[in-house]
Amino acid sequence: MSRRERRPATAEAREARLARAFVAPALGVIVLIAMFPLAYTFWESLHLHDLRMPWLGRPFIGLGNYREAFGEPRFWSALAHTGFFTVVTVGLELCLGLALALAVNRAYRGRGLVRAAVLLPWAIPTVVAALIWRFMFDGQTGIVNAVLMSVGVMDSPLIWFVHSTAAWVPVILSDVWKMTPFVALLLLAGLQNIDTHLYEAARMDGASAWRQFREITLPLLRPALMVAVVFRTLDAFRVFDLLFVLTGGGPGTSTEPIALFAFSSLLQNLRFGFGSALSMIIFAVTFLLAIAYVRLLGSELTEAER
Amino acid sequence: MRRLGWIPIAMVAGLVLATAFPFYWIIVSSLQPESRLFDVPSLIPLELVGEHYRALFDERDFWIPIRNSFIVAGATTFLCVTLGAFAAYALARLRFRGKALILAFILAVAMFPQISIVSPLYLLLRELRLINTYPGLVLPYLTFAMPLTVWLLVGFFRQLPGELEEAALMDGASRMRTFYEIILPLSAPGLATTAILTFLYCWNEFLFALSFTIGPERYTVPVAIALFRGQYQVPWGQILAAAVVATAPVALLVLVFQRRIVQGLTSGAVKG
Repeated sequence: MSRRERRPATAEAREARLARAFVAPALGVIVLIAMFPLAYTFWESLHLHDLRMPWLGRPFIGLGNYREAFGEPRFWSALAHTGFFTVVTVGLELCLGLALALAVNRAYRGRGLVRAAVLLPWAIPTVVAALIWRFMFDGQTGIVNAVLMSVGVMDSPLIWFVHSTAAWVPVILSDVWKMTPFVALLLLAGLQNIDTHLYEAARMDGASAWRQFREITLPLLRPALMVAVVFRTLDAFRVFDLLFVLTGGGPGTSTEPIALFAFSSLLQNLRFGFGSALSMIIFAVTFLLAIAYVRLLGSELTEAER
Repeated sequence: MRRLGWIPIAMVAGLVLATAFPFYWIIVSSLQPESRLFDVPSLIPLELVGEHYRALFDERDFWIPIRNSFIVAGATTFLCVTLGAFAAYALARLRFRGKALILAFILAVAMFPQISIVSPLYLLLRELRLINTYPGLVLPYLTFAMPLTVWLLVGFFRQLPGELEEAALMDGASRMRTFYEIILPLSAPGLATTAILTFLYCWNEFLFALSFTIGPERYTVPVAIALFRGQYQVPWGQILAAAVVATAPVALLVLVFQRRIVQGLTSGAVKG
């Protein structure tokens, strides 16, 4: 009896041992080159470390860098730009993505073509997408100005990128152009998981299209919607490539996101302590957002992850 | 619902047009002589010339960033898929304690902002004299590529039917042999999709490549394009040609593997 009990136990133990051996290399890599540096960023952020002034050494200054960041107007405006960008683009991408997913789900013909068309902007480098839109919105050569002038909206070309408000238009448009497909694909997968019998039954009961949408589609699509919101928010909050190329944060610093401020503090001004503090703040905000989402969605998200 | 039939079709057509137009526009513009780029744009090109492409490769040596990108993205993808396959198999198929925690941890790392580790990686790579080298890019790339690979592969391994594996185990094959002889061949499509997606992410990566290279001899394609400068004015013709060249391999992968890519993206994120 005792023998028969022990055998599965050792088999299990052997399986667990093998599993640990399998997981160890990949996990080790992740811990070593991602988690350890993250801890080091925090440590670095507590020091005064200016690579241009090596004679200062690297004294410990506690929260001095954080205090400097919070006292700096450029920090607050970068944070505001990032928040604005996140809310506007994620909002637009969700609405458009949902509309598209619903449309594609209905139109059966040409699905392959649509899939290729929507995947392309998502798959190209962000840098390239930014350049495409920079070219289209260029003051001299841009087709956007040409079209707006020929339609009669404007008399003279608008130099979009020297204008602190107008510069946001190409920024938002290019992100929506590039990322809506991703949202639409996630939502489309969610839509295709919904049992079509539900709609048939609803139609039999005489439910209107709007009611079907509100009472079947939306609730059942909630997990997919939430995953899309989480992915897009966390992604939008660390926006860097797009603004680096499209506006360079300018004119001045009027479109500068927080990640660009951190980057220029680190690698242009070589202020490693201060830049690390900014990096930690970005990390902390993303982390808090992620925790808030997990709390809000709870089981739904983990179920979707599983 | 059927009465609304034309609305989805119109929307989808509008979508395809809106997505495709910028691509059409840069391809056409990259084939215009520089002088015409400053004229009022015309939708249909009057003449097409290859001068910008010639300048891109002859004068600017655009082969160098292309080669760099292939080496870095290829090496990263290879490392991630090889190491990631073992980890993902264990996480998807084997029973052991702490599995859920490890999965959550990997997802968390996949989500965290790259900028938050730029400073220590820079100091570390500088200490190791790896700034402006291939390993100096591959190592940082593992930070986002490894979690991504493991996450996608777990999704694929979970979809495999369990019966074959069980039958092999019953026959007395070891776990290791089952993995090599049953699981890996069966999941070849999943491995390929994961490799493609990982490669795409590495090909497109910008922040690390910008931070850890200092000269054009190690620039990757996105960095080379972003830092394109002319002597007097923006060399739009060459920039657009470079944008087209950088997009070409991506477009090819997407067109050939679109079904797989969509499957990988959505199964990783939604159903798993």
